[in-house]
Amino acid sequence: MGAYAIKRIASAAVTLFVVATLTFFLMFLVPGGPFLSEKATTPQTLKALEQKYGLDQPVGVQYVNYMKRIVMGDLGTSLKMRGQEVNDIIGQRFPVSARLGAIAVLIAIAVGIPLGSVAALNRGKWLDNIIMFIATTGIAVPSFVVATTLMFTFGVKLHILPTYGLSSPMHYVLPVMALAFYPTAYISRLMRSSMLDVLGQDYMRTARAKGISQFKSLFKHALRNAVLPVITYMGPMLAYILTGSFVVEKIFTIPGLGSQFISSITDRDYPLIMGTTIFLAFLLITMNVIVDIAYKIIDPRIKLK
Amino acid sequence: MSKILLDIQDLRLSFFTPAGEVKALNDVSIRMNEGDVLGIVGESGSGKSVTAYSIMGLTAHPGRIIGGTIDFNGHRIDRMTEKEMRKIRGNEVSIIFQDPMTSLNPVYTIGDQIREVLFLHTNLDKKQAQHRATELLKLVGLNDPEKRLKQYPHELSGGMRQRVMIAIALACEPKLLIADEPTTALDVTIQAQIMELMIELKKKLNMSIIMITHDLGIVASMCRKIVVMYAGKVVEKGTVEEIFYNPKHEYTKGLLKSIPKLNATEREKLVPIPGTPVDMLNPPPGCPFAPRCEKCMKICIRSMPEFTQISDTHASACWLLQKEAAQALKGGNSIGK
Repeated sequence: MGAYAIKRIASAAVTLFVVATLTFFLMFLVPGGPFLSEKATTPQTLKALEQKYGLDQPVGVQYVNYMKRIVMGDLGTSLKMRGQEVNDIIGQRFPVSARLGAIAVLIAIAVGIPLGSVAALNRGKWLDNIIMFIATTGIAVPSFVVATTLMFTFGVKLHILPTYGLSSPMHYVLPVMALAFYPTAYISRLMRSSMLDVLGQDYMRTARAKGISQFKSLFKHALRNAVLPVITYMGPMLAYILTGSFVVEKIFTIPGLGSQFISSITDRDYPLIMGTTIFLAFLLITMNVIVDIAYKIIDPRIKLK
Repeated sequence: MSKILLDIQDLRLSFFTPAGEVKALNDVSIRMNEGDVLGIVGESGSGKSVTAYSIMGLTAHPGRIIGGTIDFNGHRIDRMTEKEMRKIRGNEVSIIFQDPMTSLNPVYTIGDQIREVLFLHTNLDKKQAQHRATELLKLVGLNDPEKRLKQYPHELSGGMRQRVMIAIALACEPKLLIADEPTTALDVTIQAQIMELMIELKKKLNMSIIMITHDLGIVASMCRKIVVMYAGKVVEKGTVEEIFYNPKHEYTKGLLKSIPKLNATEREKLVPIPGTPVDMLNPPPGCPFAPRCEKCMKICIRSMPEFTQISDTHASACWLLQKEAAQALKGGNSIGK
């Protein structure tokens, strides 16, 4: 276990370093700069601004300076939102996205797993067909269509749910539904196929031969084995959903990290782009470690190496 | 005469597949007494396992019993509900499957899986169940039982896992143990160990065993009575001696010829049974073995022969026997004694 921890931390550091380096140079390959949209920029002010933020130096020097700072845990200052630390921006916006995402994930699990299992148990019957039709739709329809349809139906036509901001629990309903739609559909499909696989296993026959009821054998013997592929998918899914969806946050006007990330790119807000990318990478790595540990707990055959 | 434990009468079972009805069992009748060891032999697809599973009410979808009766230990199995069946499974009748590598749930410990069946059918508390589980592992010859109980299936070898499966099957001291090719997936030395264990346990616990196998060696060493099945039908039944020394059905004869012998000369070749098993979707109206039978007559293709009783215990369904009997009658001699 100790060796495993050291190995994972070391590989995480390397991954973060590679991600930071690649993003840094890719970012500078994109034409444009952070101050181009400023009103009435004279060449002198532009130069002064670039000098202030060190953007006049060669890219190599900037890279070395930047890497030195992030090793200390300082992600720098935003170029667009003057005076705001990137750390603070992430600190403010991430919890908003994370809360929304966490609810969506919980719903996706709570709905997707039973739905997939029910479909598997009724394979080929009408219930299975209905569930799989919905699930396939959920995967095929892009989130902006889902979000706008929800908004139009419940907000504009029926007037029962608010459509922007997050000021009350009711405000969460539509964005959470929009966010949860895809993972719910995906988990149902995953669950269905892995459940079908498990139901055909010899140990399920052994369980029946012991005299266990079908319901109990499903819960005790099938579910724990069938849920493994879902756990695998959960790692990256959690990281992406918790950091927020640009589309959903834009449509429902939510001040989350997802929309911030995209606008930082269009703004060429270099430190913010770097900061959010590194943060996302960090979150992904963490989630994968958590998934590995969860895997080990559920399936004793897995060895953490 | 000892008590009849299992009486299967004219059992018919079909699988209703999209391609059509597969008649897996056709008028199968098997009777066994308490304490008997019965061998069911036959090639793959002959209906041996389906017969055994139907005794436990474990017929897999889309299979269904469409006729006949199964009387086991005073229960009419074919009429029981799923709920009633659950009280019998693992309790009065249990089963050991072919492949021990996949028959145990990989995510639970051996202890969990043994205790589970105890909690289901007995009133033992946790401590008693633990004690009983240890006892069972000792019974099936696993060393260090306390440690084994805490281990997961993947930490045990195939032979050890089959011992665990036997322990689970014996946990509630069943009247009948069904062994569905219990050694097929194991290597030869382990096979011998498992067979020895089963013979020893049979003596100790005085239970009845149905041994399903295609290994005639196992049958000879273990069983008293044999049922030979072919294409969902019983073609011959009798005691071990009768089947081995006086086989009457052409299929049984072929089966015996295909066993390798230790004292065979180098030139002597194994004789395989030519042809392939019948298509169960479109079974012929006559004897299912007719297309592969060397002594096939016209009548064999047209209709299925009745059983000819050779002795009290020995019967075979073959037209040749009927013909012999008829000729014997014509000649004025009676057959048999």
